[in-house]
Amino acid sequence: MTGLPLLTLLIAIPLAAGVLCPLVKDEGARWIALAATLIDLALSIYLWANYNPDGPQWQFQELHPLGGGVNYALGIDGIALLLIVLTAFLMPICIGASWRSITKRVPEYMAYFLLMEALIMGSFAAQDLFLFYIFFEGGLIPMYLIIGVWGGAERIKASYKFFLYTLFGSVLMLIAMIYMAGTAHTTSIPALMAYDFSKSAQTWLFLAFLASFAVKLPMWPVHTWLPDAHVQAPTAGSVILAGVLLKLGGYGFIRFSLPIFPDGSLQFLPLMFVLSGIAVVYTSLVALVQRDMKKLIAYSSVAHMAFVTFGLFAMNRQGIEGAMLVMLGHGLVSGALFLCVGVVYDRLHTREIDRYGGLSDNMPGYALLFMIFTMASVGLPGTSNFPGEFLSLVGTYRASSWGAIVGTTGIILGAAYMLWLYWRICFGTQRNADAAAMPDLSLREWWLLGPIALAVFWMGIYPESFIRPIRNDVGRILTRLDRVTPTGDSHLTLGAMKMGAMH
Amino acid sequence: MIPRFTAPLAPELILSIGGTILMLMAAFMGRRGSALISWLAVALLLVATAALVGPPSHTGPVFDGMVSADLFASFGKAIMFPAAAVAIIAAHGWFERGTEHASEYAVLIVFAAVGMSVMVSATSLVALYVGLELNSLAGYVLAAYRRTDERSAEAGLKYFVLGALASGILLYGISLLYGFTGTTNFTGLAAAFGRGAPSLGLLFGLVFVLAGMAFKISAVPFHMWTPDVYEGAPTPVTAFFASAPKVAAVLLSTRLCLDALGPATDAWRQIVIFAALASIFLGAVAAYGQTNIKRLLAYSSINNVGFAQIGLAAAGPQGASSVLFYMAVYVVMTLGAFLCVLWMRDAEGRPIEDIASLSGLAQTRPAFAAAFAIFMFSLAGIPPLFGFWPKLLVFNAAVASGYVALAVAAIIGTVVGAYYYLKIVKVMYMDEPAAPYARAREPLHGLLILIAAIAVSPLGYLLIGPLGHLTDKAAGSIF
Repeated sequence: MTGLPLLTLLIAIPLAAGVLCPLVKDEGARWIALAATLIDLALSIYLWANYNPDGPQWQFQELHPLGGGVNYALGIDGIALLLIVLTAFLMPICIGASWRSITKRVPEYMAYFLLMEALIMGSFAAQDLFLFYIFFEGGLIPMYLIIGVWGGAERIKASYKFFLYTLFGSVLMLIAMIYMAGTAHTTSIPALMAYDFSKSAQTWLFLAFLASFAVKLPMWPVHTWLPDAHVQAPTAGSVILAGVLLKLGGYGFIRFSLPIFPDGSLQFLPLMFVLSGIAVVYTSLVALVQRDMKKLIAYSSVAHMAFVTFGLFAMNRQGIEGAMLVMLGHGLVSGALFLCVGVVYDRLHTREIDRYGGLSDNMPGYALLFMIFTMASVGLPGTSNFPGEFLSLVGTYRASSWGAIVGTTGIILGAAYMLWLYWRICFGTQRNADAAAMPDLSLREWWLLGPIALAVFWMGIYPESFIRPIRNDVGRILTRLDRVTPTGDSHLTLGAMKMGAMH
Repeated sequence: MIPRFTAPLAPELILSIGGTILMLMAAFMGRRGSALISWLAVALLLVATAALVGPPSHTGPVFDGMVSADLFASFGKAIMFPAAAVAIIAAHGWFERGTEHASEYAVLIVFAAVGMSVMVSATSLVALYVGLELNSLAGYVLAAYRRTDERSAEAGLKYFVLGALASGILLYGISLLYGFTGTTNFTGLAAAFGRGAPSLGLLFGLVFVLAGMAFKISAVPFHMWTPDVYEGAPTPVTAFFASAPKVAAVLLSTRLCLDALGPATDAWRQIVIFAALASIFLGAVAAYGQTNIKRLLAYSSINNVGFAQIGLAAAGPQGASSVLFYMAVYVVMTLGAFLCVLWMRDAEGRPIEDIASLSGLAQTRPAFAAAFAIFMFSLAGIPPLFGFWPKLLVFNAAVASGYVALAVAAIIGTVVGAYYYLKIVKVMYMDEPAAPYARAREPLHGLLILIAAIAVSPLGYLLIGPLGHLTDKAAGSIF
């Protein structure tokens, strides 16, 4: 390991580039943004390569006291590592996706994206409670501006809704954080993860954190900001929103709710399962009737995130590992699907499903990639979402068979809306002359979608690469949860032992 | 031989003597001397600030406990004097265009600074009143400084009538306190309040005094004058009102509540809590429909004072420290925002106050828009900007004193308030560009805005350590 503060660099490089962008012209800003995000990608891959999955829980740690009881403390475990890699992987793709489609105020746009990358990286790497909050909340500002300036017709309303919804959720979490810091006399997240709050305190703390993460993830019924934000955001904004920002909610559950409030988690487990169950079925049904491609994918995001909450609150190894894989897989696939929408939107400037049709004739390359991502979203074995969804449902089954039954319905409904979407866009007759005249993917678009397709197959075929770094971390969370793990009603006997032995 | 009080009162002496000389100069030189007098006044304020730095012998009670030149007072002065200096610099080139006597402006601010200085050091009700009135009298004249402008005259009159009423209420409260305790000294008052449950007369006195203080810090329900006066007064004067005198009044009420009324904390706490929450929510909601930027910032200042009072309600050294921290950051954000407002001028150089005129500023004046947006997000308390930190500190103090519900209510107020700060950002960044402003030719303003913007940017977090240390020590000196 080198002496370089790698995590600080990971944050500082996009930050510096973001400050630099407004000083140059359009083309320069594009290249600066691309270079900075690619350097960050290289750094994150270096981190992954040098991360020791059997080593200490926290690696690449940095610590500088700021005074006032707050530290600039960074460090990552396997969970944060993978989410950092996901962010770094999607960012250059976002810049690429905006290369030609964003033409006004380009330097500003690139600056906000880079600032957002810095803030997201910071939230994943932060090891101090308030530092985490600062990064976590700070991400609102650039996203607010991205939606509000470069969004669609209803952009203003969507940007306000996004900002105020998420802010409202987060401020309650801040009070909980203040209480935690005052009670435990530390703001260090690793120390808090080992601190036992009283049961009654855990109830309130869990609810306060739930208010923030449920909005961020989002869970039903506080998901309503998401479709608006997605539909109005520019393509790259949607990609980063679905691919990474939603994951902050799931990350919050893994990092805070489960290990710090095990009793609270158990207490609200029925609530979490009911909300997740409703989300899976309800949002899938809503997705089924959408006429707008982006809205459909946005609702499918809510449904997929419900698998994350199902898996996490099953509180067993399969569930948590599965939830983590769903987050990574969904990050890739939903990002890719939004890019696919962006590809045709750039050509025809409409997201109405009925305006397309039969695209496999004139855009075979596009149809192929879109097919891969559709299948991945459905959860076809061999693609990225399969191992995650399978594991999280197995975990759910061990905790509650009803949860698993409802959750599995979601997979069926997911297949229904995604395949129908694909059919309406790529198959059938070519009803619209302008849609039939669209050219196939350009080289740039291949470069954007191709790497994601490869990653989708990698995750589907060899998920071990992604489970390996988090295995010990999940184990550590499980030891915190040992006391409270729900027994479930599925009465597994031999099966439970076997599944335990699988890992 | 130099009298013993010279060293502790050095800042006040410098300002009073210097201010008198400047006034004479202004009378003899007329309009010609305005630039010179402004710069001398700035220099005077900076010298007074420098005089705060000194050996510990400067601290302690003076004039038999009328005032106390302790660290708490010094901290307040160290914020207020530079803020007053900025208000003088901000007016540079503002009054020359009119027919007014521009030179007296700086002199009045110097005298107001003396008043504020007495306010933050006051440890007796008499000194409190004298300081307050010295500051207010200068303030009335400043509000009406544009005599020819109807709005300015109206603002001055309104401020004077309502201010006189508030002074009357305050004096009545003071007389009750004096009558029932036989002393005007803070230490004596604390001893009187410490003798068991306060009598009805003492309680009345306390309520009246707090009402008078609430007027000066423009806390709800005594805020009515604020939007009108802020809107009508010339913008540099508004910038001054929103910054230094506000700090003085908040610090004065902090010392009064925690020192003189310390044993009666349970009696005043509910009043402060009500005023805090009412200010936060009214400041947030009433700002929604505003179209004038100065009125909006007036409501913003009401809102922010509410947050500072949360720290006061928490009481104790931690609460006092959070109030000091809050006011220090608040002054920077507010002055920055008002300096931005000063830059809003049309092609002929006439000031504009319409929020709609900010439309699309991010495209016509990107740097200016960025600075303004930083101040707005910071005033709203959105991280990663530094305005978030003092809010965290006051909530922290409230939670530490067991007032979790208060903190939750206040923090919901930040979300309500965030809307109108976002509105300004929206107008600047998301709307189509309006007619651009005239190019400002005041590099010094630009520099001040830049410094303020950097101070409230995430770089400000580097200050947490040293500033927190200072506020802790300053707050400790009144306990």
